Amino acid sequence: MGIKISKKAESIPPSGIRVFFDLVLGMKDIVSLGVGEPDFVTPWNIREAAIYSLEEGMTSYTSNKGVLELRQAISKHLVHRYGLEYDYDDEILVTVGVSEGVDLALRAIIDNGDKVLIPQPSFVSYGPNVILCGGTPVYMKTTHENGFKITGKDIDEYCDKKTKAIVLNYPNNPTGASYSKNELKDIAKAVKKHDLTVLSDEVYCDLTYDFPHTAFPTLPDMRERTVYLNGFSKAYAMTGWRIGYACGPKNIIHSMTKIHQYTMMCVPIMSQMGAIEALKHGERSVQEMKREYRRRREYIITALNELGLTCHKPEGAFYALPSIKSTGMKSMEFAKGLLSEEKVAVVPGTAFGLEGCIRISYASSLENLKEAITRMERFLSKHGRR
Amino acid sequence: MDEILEILEKDARTTPEEIAKMLSMTPGSVRAAIKRYEKEGVILKYKTIINKELLRDEHADVRALIEVRVTPKKNVGFDYIAERIYQFPEVSSCYLMSGTYDLLVVVEGKSLHTVSNFVSEKLSSMENVRGTVTHFILQKYKEDTDILRKAKKDKRQAISL
Repeated sequence: MGIKISKKAESIPPSGIRVFFDLVLGMKDIVSLGVGEPDFVTPWNIREAAIYSLEEGMTSYTSNKGVLELRQAISKHLVHRYGLEYDYDDEILVTVGVSEGVDLALRAIIDNGDKVLIPQPSFVSYGPNVILCGGTPVYMKTTHENGFKITGKDIDEYCDKKTKAIVLNYPNNPTGASYSKNELKDIAKAVKKHDLTVLSDEVYCDLTYDFPHTAFPTLPDMRERTVYLNGFSKAYAMTGWRIGYACGPKNIIHSMTKIHQYTMMCVPIMSQMGAIEALKHGERSVQEMKREYRRRREYIITALNELGLTCHKPEGAFYALPSIKSTGMKSMEFAKGLLSEEKVAVVPGTAFGLEGCIRISYASSLENLKEAITRMERFLSKHGRR
Repeated sequence: MDEILEILEKDARTTPEEIAKMLSMTPGSVRAAIKRYEKEGVILKYKTIINKELLRDEHADVRALIEVRVTPKKNVGFDYIAERIYQFPEVSSCYLMSGTYDLLVVVEGKSLHTVSNFVSEKLSSMENVRGTVTHFILQKYKEDTDILRKAKKDKRQAISL
């Protein structure tokens, strides 16, 4: 008979790019624009702090909520950056990346049958997370034409009585889109009107290029209904450390901490030690990386548009989502072709729920970006329109 | 510092067209700016950084840092004596320092012998030089922000979400 899998687990769709992973495996000389993480290694001072903590024998469990010094540093950081006040004692929880934060927040608020709004294209895990909690994801379509953004009016349209929450992610993976303060105010109004809870995944906030980033809970009446999620992966190039944090009103953080306690216990202590150093002395490295990303963004967007792959200018993160409609190809077909013929790896838009586009990550050296553009140009001239 | 200079300092082979794309400028205006910097001497020259540690050349040059204490010359101070020193082709760098000595001079030569000869015959014997201390470099690890070993390969997976 073997093991029988639960209906819930069966019901989550397998990742749309599974095939793709297998194709890439074992291929040599790939120029990859498919990587969703910084190409920098974690700044040395952060690595050094973690090594030192190991030398000092800091190898134990920590408080479930996270090391006190780290929660204090997070609290201070948010006041300094956004004037946003969270009590380090009962309004902040250190999580295993933002991924755990999203999962915990959903588990803490979703009952069977509740609906959760997710602007799409979206990061791959939100939908399945909702399903695993017994909820129903409702995807709000965004497109190239509206800059991949939703408005308050869209929320009006998609909401019904069962809608409980909305997951925001700005700057966005995979679109790179972000919102100005006014655009967010419009969303906040609709959120209040429909009495929604907001999960705001702002892990790319430090990589906002054209205007200052607005943290969602700083908007009028939003602090009380928002779970603010952030992490160290993108800004400090710490993806492998798996560390992030969730901030919110006492009751939700309390519930999330309960679940976290029974599942994760705590975040690995060395990651927490590295994170303290990141918040204390990491700003210079963040600014240096940001400048570098911004230049690459300008370069890649101009180059893609010149290739005829029209592309809106992403306001943040390190992704571009050019349209490939002019080629007449489906996005999976395009990505597979580009990989096998020119050894350039990109992710088809369908992985994020949108056909007709590909996700390009410019978290790659300029040299790689240039090489990729040359190869793509060759690919496009072979396949019709150019 | 102007971003054009920052980009070129990192990679002198970046073309004006590429810089233009990165900074939302026209290639023409980038070219003009570079011309101007070259003319003003802000851009001195374009060189290649060679990691000689990897060449494992037994006859590679030896290098020494030499602390030089001098008596400044009336009216012209340290500049006069510094210039007398840095004109020698053996001298690869020369700095005026704060602290217990005055000039830090980096000298390159074919062997320990050539370097010591240079120090004793040319430097120490110079008028106004009161004394020298020579430190030979045994191994270079990092120079001008470059770590002197082969760059590590990107360890990330080719695709990740």
